[in-house]
Amino acid sequence: MKSHEEIYNLLKEKFGDAIGQSITNLPVESFIEVSPLKIHEISYFLRDDNELLFDNLMLLSGLDDMNDKKVKQEDGSIADVPGTLSVVYHIESTSFRHKIVLKCSCPKDKPEVESVNSIWRSADWNEREAYDMFGIIFLNHPDLRRILMPYDWEHGFPLRKDYKNPEFYQGMKVPY
Amino acid sequence: MGLLDQQFADDNIVITKVDDLLNWARLSSLWQVGFGLACCAIEMMATSASHYDFDRFGVIPRASPRQADIIIISGTVTLKMATRIKRLYEQMPDPKYVISMGSCSNCGGPYWEHGYHVLKGIDRVIPVDVYVPGCPPRPEALLEGLLKLQEKIRNESLVKKDVA
Amino acid sequence: MSDYSNLKTEEMVLNMGPQHPSTHGVLRLEIKLDGELIVEVKPHVGYLHRCFEKHCEAMTYPQIVPYVDRMDYLASMSNELGYAIAVERLMGIQVPERVEYIRVIMAELQRIASHMVALGTYGLDIGAFTPFLYLFADRERILSIFEETCGARLLYNYIWVGGLSHDLHPDFIRKAKEFVTYFRPKITELNNLLSYNKIFIERTANVGILPIETAINYGMTGPNLRASGLKWDLRRDDPYSIYDKFEFDIPVGKGWVGTLGDCWDRYFVRVLEMEQSLNILDQALAQIPDGDVTSAIPKRIKPAERQIYTRVENPRGELGYFIVSKGGLQPHRVKVRPPSFISLGLMNELCKGHLVADVIAILGSIDIVLGEVDR
Repeated sequence: MKSHEEIYNLLKEKFGDAIGQSITNLPVESFIEVSPLKIHEISYFLRDDNELLFDNLMLLSGLDDMNDKKVKQEDGSIADVPGTLSVVYHIESTSFRHKIVLKCSCPKDKPEVESVNSIWRSADWNEREAYDMFGIIFLNHPDLRRILMPYDWEHGFPLRKDYKNPEFYQGMKVPY
Repeated sequence: MGLLDQQFADDNIVITKVDDLLNWARLSSLWQVGFGLACCAIEMMATSASHYDFDRFGVIPRASPRQADIIIISGTVTLKMATRIKRLYEQMPDPKYVISMGSCSNCGGPYWEHGYHVLKGIDRVIPVDVYVPGCPPRPEALLEGLLKLQEKIRNESLVKKDVA
Repeated sequence: MSDYSNLKTEEMVLNMGPQHPSTHGVLRLEIKLDGELIVEVKPHVGYLHRCFEKHCEAMTYPQIVPYVDRMDYLASMSNELGYAIAVERLMGIQVPERVEYIRVIMAELQRIASHMVALGTYGLDIGAFTPFLYLFADRERILSIFEETCGARLLYNYIWVGGLSHDLHPDFIRKAKEFVTYFRPKITELNNLLSYNKIFIERTANVGILPIETAINYGMTGPNLRASGLKWDLRRDDPYSIYDKFEFDIPVGKGWVGTLGDCWDRYFVRVLEMEQSLNILDQALAQIPDGDVTSAIPKRIKPAERQIYTRVENPRGELGYFIVSKGGLQPHRVKVRPPSFISLGLMNELCKGHLVADVIAILGSIDIVLGEVDR
């Protein structure tokens, strides 16, 4: 069983810049920030390293960080700076009983994260759900379609904080 | 006036109106589309199981809508499901009846405000005969809803539908 | 002799659901067939997507409890327990011991009730109607205990953050004990009626075999994982509430009548689990202390900026809540890890190479609740 710091140091040593900060000042749960385009390799290492053996992806969740900013430009106009979307991975090892939380953030206008479907198959549907709800695109996912919403839903990604509900869907009124 | 009121004393002959006979036949064997949506479906199952026994009212679940007389919309109707329910309803042969069971299918229930994917009431898609309130309605409430529907059918007429 | 080698054959796509008597709700399966053999199964879900996670972002923490009920509507108490524990850990609330005992009693009664539905409808799917009627009649006993306690049959809103909505009624302990003594012999009856039935075994043994590595890699949890042979139960392995005070076994699959991890194993692990739940109930009902059940309920729940992932052992597997707080009265994000959603992802793997009729047997054995799959 390894602690959060030990795992962080192992990862930092192996992957260097792809590993961001380790956020431990939160009182309940700590997490490690990682690069969204390297998550694939990091996950392989986490699963197959003999001292780690993280064989179970408990949960993969999308997250809207709600950090859109309005920036005043030189000519006085206000421009929107899009915030970030995140994917949070809760991973555990059934043999060593240790857990780790990874978080990778990507900008809202180019939300691309590497898929971990080939490492933990439970990621398959979870990634589809994150795509469905937040529009996060998982690179190299074999079948990235909507899962809960209808396949022909064209009105955006409902769990984003700036989502607006449409008036009608296929002739049915949506609001109350 | 009941169906069997006018009969000859010792013979097996009953005099009644065609309307009464047909209505009696219809309301006594309301076959249901075996189809559940959400939490209410569990209460519907409990209603048809041993404790409450839906069978005694002639309600038997049928696997196909083409053999059914009523459809009980038991639960939250989502936008994705609404089109399918409409199709199921259209496949049922006339005369057909709809019981809307539970708040969700009556009006959206607890999901009325933020439910971006919930249809706020099944009556936006298909006509409803009886609304059963509750979240979920107790089996007794569903039974009462069925009795109300039977009452409605009892007052129907061949000449003009929906006199009640 | 005719030569069939030049005969042209093609695959057929069979659509099952969303309206189908054995899909346990509104699930659609797109089954690709080669004759009778299954080539691929594609589940389509979302027909009951009720926007749970969006509602959480608009509600305050206590207001979410009724919505949590409606997720896995066969195990409302267990859902509430998981949510309450998650928020309590987020806030650092300690609840009185009596509350913990009542919660465990409720969760275990709920586990029995939920397994009753699972086993009864499984029999129904396979073609045995009688066990369904017996089990539903017994389930009514549990429901009436619940109803006397909190006024509802199915969706309770009983376990609140920091406590319970109100205390047990004076007659509860007697009635619950009565149920435990009543139900113990019923399990043997169920075994004689269904479990060891020759036809039932023929339909379920050696069907839908799930090897342990696949199960872990796909994130399978709960009875389905244990049926494949791994002794993994969160009540023991990641203890919450007061489960560490009770003695109970964790039944695992042994390949009793067929291969390890087949449908019959998954079925039978649930039967054995009901027995263990009765054991826990016996102990909890004997030891329950006096006390106040509402004293720790906070007036206002407003956690600081932090996040937490908490999981509990639901009747269907690991139910997890990932709650992110940004310091408001409402959570910033609540993500649920629904056990049935993950289990359903395995359908294709389980069904490949089996016959069409086995789809029903396999789907029933992994015991899904669509309310939780779609949320």
